[in-house]
Formats: sequence, structure tokens, C-alpha cells
Amino acid sequence: MIRSGPGRLFFTVLVALLFLFLLGPVLLVFPLSFAADSVITWPPSGFSVKWYLALLGQPDLALALRNSLVLAAIVTGLALVVALPAAVAIGRGQFAGRDALMTLISMPLLLPTIVLGLALLILFVGQGLIGSWTGLVLAHLLVTVPYALRVLVTALGTLPASVEEAASSLGAPALSVFFRITLPLMAPGLIAAAAIVFLVSFDEVVITLFIVGPKLTTLPVALFHYVESRTDPLVAAVSVLMVLFSLGLVAVLERAVGLRRAVGGKGG
Amino acid sequence: MSATPRNLLPLLVLPAVAVNLFTFLWPMLNLAGLSFREGLPGGGIGAAFSLATWGDLLADEFYLEILLRSVGMALGITGLALLASYPIAFFVHRADARWRNLLVVACISPLLISAVVRTYGWLVILGDAGFLPVILRGLGFAPPRLVFNMTGVVIGLVEILMPYMILSLLAGFGRLNQTLEEAAASLGAPPLVVFWRIVLPLTLPGILLGCLLVFVLTVSSFITPKLLGGGRVLLLATEIYDQAIVTLNWPLAAALSLIALGVFGAALLVYGRISRAAERSIA
Repeated sequence: MIRSGPGRLFFTVLVALLFLFLLGPVLLVFPLSFAADSVITWPPSGFSVKWYLALLGQPDLALALRNSLVLAAIVTGLALVVALPAAVAIGRGQFAGRDALMTLISMPLLLPTIVLGLALLILFVGQGLIGSWTGLVLAHLLVTVPYALRVLVTALGTLPASVEEAASSLGAPALSVFFRITLPLMAPGLIAAAAIVFLVSFDEVVITLFIVGPKLTTLPVALFHYVESRTDPLVAAVSVLMVLFSLGLVAVLERAVGLRRAVGGKGG
Repeated sequence: MSATPRNLLPLLVLPAVAVNLFTFLWPMLNLAGLSFREGLPGGGIGAAFSLATWGDLLADEFYLEILLRSVGMALGITGLALLASYPIAFFVHRADARWRNLLVVACISPLLISAVVRTYGWLVILGDAGFLPVILRGLGFAPPRLVFNMTGVVIGLVEILMPYMILSLLAGFGRLNQTLEEAAASLGAPPLVVFWRIVLPLTLPGILLGCLLVFVLTVSSFITPKLLGGGRVLLLATEIYDQAIVTLNWPLAAALSLIALGVFGAALLVYGRISRAAERSIA
């Protein structure tokens, strides 16, 4: 459609500008994190690592970071334990209500997180779960189990059932077929599911905002409150570290299974 | 099937169903029920069934304004995101295979970065001493205020939701076949006609899916309107939060949540209608 000189040049420049728009906010955070000023000014008057050093003097953020990492690790383990048996049932079993079950479990991803957060807040207040680890873990399971289930069902779908059938026809009991054949073959899917669950949990902010208490908060929530009250380059330094962390995790995911295959069945 | 005996099935799905019941179905039903109670001053909740909350909500023009603003803003952002994403998706679709993967990763990598961080990035760009106002002032313009108002929220959300639109468009571009365009062009159709009569109809399913996603994600977005709006852009999501956390009127927050779900349902219905009509017109 677009092959002639000036039209093509115009189109390429337009696309370059749109890419700049798409990636600009993340890219500009990098130079700002090295600013020597105490508020956001452009261009920075000088460059320093003082905001990275300032991070060391922020025990609240450090604690929030630790909480986020611990929470994401717990949620990753539990989400896999919860989703794996269900994925096997849905991926390998033929039973009435299979699609309905999948829809029910995927449903939370289709609804506004602000509504889910409010619903959990109201219920959890009565159960004394607000500001507790149990409450946070449950809230994060709500939005991570659907992803884990999707990825694992997709992974099972790409495995031929014939290997399992061969093993069981030779007399292997069901459990040993699962642990010795199915599970090892599913390793890439399990890694992908774990990485996605970890990222979703580590980034979750809206639902978590309703569940955290004064003594227990996560990094995204702490950052949200920080940005709400002031904007200095400290957040830029945290942002850079978070971006690098996310990219590192994605690189691991890409190496293990291929990113686009892993997020393929997600659909936003 | 032999690997998973039938009597094991309930046991296998039990944990996932239990999580769903406890963190989704029960809380959501509880929320719906709460909207039929009365919010008392000081955060109390009346014990009896009451239509007072819905009555107050429907009688107050303030909430109608919020609903219209939320829906209007979501429609505007959907249109802008489509305009900004279509050229990118088209370019990526046509790129050489070796560039294509890199470009796709560049398009979706923002999805992996926290909404708080990306919104902060926009504060860096649009803030009063930020990147863009400084450049504009350097060029001799007097820039309007770009943050803590609707302008900032719209710019930020368009960028933050663009990856969803680009992904949907790319999925839809699979139906595009370059030989079809070349055939039309060789028969003398001008580029714009080729685009309007061939490219656009074929990529319509992807466009519609992207629009649906961006629309519902805008309606439910909270972090970006809260931070870039600075508390001055009142939308459904921010109002739900304020009623729940600041005013402590949970029945009202619950009723507003149900209205947000209603907007979601309406969006799905409209999407279903339009995409069926579009499929018919192509076939």
C-alpha cells in the first residue's frame, strides 16, 4: 500500500514518533534517576548516584520490597499447587461443566480490579484478614490462579496424551505416570506459569491497596502512596531497578519457553 | 483419560474452586447484597434491606456526571489509542522477520512494567518542570497545564493501554494478504481506496477486540487517573475508592461497583453486536 518515496518516509517518521510516545515514559526515567536535583527538573542540573544511595536510607521501601518478594514467592508456589491439579483435570479429563469451570476461574480477570478489591475488603474486614499475610496471599491468588491455569492448560494441550497412555497401559499407576511422565514434560509450561504469576503478584497494586494495613504493605502500594504525596527522583531510581528486574525475569522466561508462546493464551 | 481416573476429578479441581469461591463468588455476592443496605454516617451499615443507597445514587446528578465522564473519557481514549496504535501495528506486521520479533517485544514490554512506574514516567514528562513543558517553553510556547487534569489522564492512559490495542490489531492483521492489496492497486485503485475498501474491513475484528479491551481497561483504571488527575478528575473507579476508603460509605461504593459492572456488560453487548454485523458484511 505504501511504497512511494515521500509517503513511505512520512509513514516511517510517524511510526518512529509513536514508538517514542509508547516507550518515552520508561526511557526518560533512566536519566532522571541519575539527576543531582532534589525535585524533578528538566534538564537535570547535574548527574549523580545520590538517589540510589538515598534508597539505602529508606527502611520503609526496603521493607515493602522484602514483603513484595516474599509475597510473590509464596503466591507463586501456592498458585501452581492450586492450578496444576485443576489444569490436569481440565486438560486431560472429559467432564460436564469443563468450560463452565474454566470460565468461572477466568472470570476475575475480566472484572475491574477496583471492584474485586472492594469486594475483598468488605469480606476480609469481617474475617480479620485486612493487613494480614493470609489476606494478601488470598487476594493475590484470586488474580494469579487464572493465569497459571491458562498457561498450564495450554502447556498440557501441546503434550501428546499418547505417552501417558503408553505408560499406563504398561501398568504404571496414575500418580506415577503423572510425576514421572507428565510433570517433567510440562517443565517449560510450569516455568512460564511461575514467572507470570510472580510478575503479576509483584506488580499487583489496586486490589492490594484495599488489603494492606499500616504494618504490612507492598512495594507498588508504597510507591503509589509515595508518588501521591511527592515526586522526587527517588521514585525514578526505584523504577529503574523495577524495570531492570522485570526485564531480567522476562529474559529468563524468553530463554525457557519463548515469551510470545507463554503469553499467547492470555488475551489481556 | 486413563491417567486421571474419573473419581479423582472433583479432588483435582477442589483447590482452584475453593479459592474462587472464597475470593471471588462469595465476596462479589456479598458486595451486590451490600448495595441494598443503607450507609449510616461514620461508616455504619444499616441491618435491614433498603433501597436508600440506590435511591440516593440515582437522584444525585453528581453520579450521573461521573458515569458520563467515565464512559466519555473511555470512548475518547479508545479512539486515540486506536489512531496511535494502528500505524505501529501495520509497520510491525510488514517488517522483516528479523526486526519483527524485536518490534513486538518493544510493543509489549511496557505491559511488564508497573502502572505506578509508567504513570510516574508521565509525571516526569508532563509535570510543570517536566520534559515537555520545558521544551515547549524553550520553543517560545506557553504550554497549558498538562498534569492534574483530564489532559494528563488521557495522555497517560492512551500510552499505558496502547500495548493491548497493538496486540489485538496484530492478531487481526493475520487475515491481511498483501497480494489482495496489490491486485486492487494494479487495477488502478488509489492507496486510500485500497485502505478503506480492503485493509480496514479485513482488520476490523482486531480493531473491535482492541477497542473493547481498551474501553473496559479505561473504565476500570484507577492508578493513572488518581496520580495524573491529582484528585481533580472524578471517575467511577476513583469514586469507588474514595467512597470505600475516605468516606467509608460501603453500600454506596458497592452500588457504584455494580454500575461499573453494568458498563462492562453493555460494552460486551455492543462489541458482540458490532462484530457479528462486521462478520456478516465481510462474508
